[in-house]
Amino acid sequence: MGLISSIGLSRRPPPAPDPDAELLARLRGGEEQAFVMLVERHHASVERLARSLLSNAAVAEEVVQDTWLAVLRGLDGFQGRSTFRTWLLRILVNRARSTGVRERRTVPVGDAGPVVDRSRFDASGAWMSPPEHWVEDSQERLLAQGLAEDIHAALDALPERQRDVVMLRDVDGLSAQEVCEVLELSDANQRVLLHRGRSRLRQALEDELGEV
Amino acid sequence: MFWQRGELACVEMVELITDYLEDALPRAQRRRFDAHIAGCPHCREYLRQMRMTIRLTGVLRVDDMTPAMRADFAELFRRWRAEER
Repeated sequence: MGLISSIGLSRRPPPAPDPDAELLARLRGGEEQAFVMLVERHHASVERLARSLLSNAAVAEEVVQDTWLAVLRGLDGFQGRSTFRTWLLRILVNRARSTGVRERRTVPVGDAGPVVDRSRFDASGAWMSPPEHWVEDSQERLLAQGLAEDIHAALDALPERQRDVVMLRDVDGLSAQEVCEVLELSDANQRVLLHRGRSRLRQALEDELGEV
Repeated sequence: MFWQRGELACVEMVELITDYLEDALPRAQRRRFDAHIAGCPHCREYLRQMRMTIRLTGVLRVDDMTPAMRADFAELFRRWRAEER
């Protein structure tokens, strides 16, 4: 395995060791506890993505169970060409899509229009109504104001595909490359979705902080 | 497009910001971006807010697994072992 990947078929840097490698080895050895630990480790990412892909909580739960069963069944076929996490989330996406609850879109990724209202700029493109300085600029103080809930709500309100991308990148901490693999997106489309989603979240925070 | 040359306008900055943060801007564009930011306090504030937004988004948490959920997954594992045999 190491031999083939070191020949350099891909331009990607060699992957870092998979943080799940040890648990996977134990799981392959038939250890139940290793499985539960693996589920626990990825619980948050899996739950969030399932709920983002499937708004119906009961369906989401079913798909999560399905996904883990598919992981167990497919374990022998998992070659480690991607990280375990990427492989796992990819299975989840496929399972979610196969429920047909959310149709796969072929529409362009960019919802039309600028991310900041054009009326905030003058004819030369300079700020006319610039963003006001966020005074409470320490993370703790912003969160103490209950902003966590506002962000949560704003994230929920994002168009689906923007929400998937922003969540995987900024909440779960996946790399751009991983998100492209999980959601089957091109680099460019991943960035467009990320851009629109993040810009909307910023706007939502600005709206919230402006009222204080 | 008109932003290929000359000074970057604020209205363009807000659209290029993610490519900037993702390090996906061509070098010449990146220089124009940096030059604009250096001279424009409003866009510096916008960039700061964008970075803050990303950090704040990162603190979202999901409830921990409950013992019942853990038991469910242990049960799933046992079912799978049984079907394997």
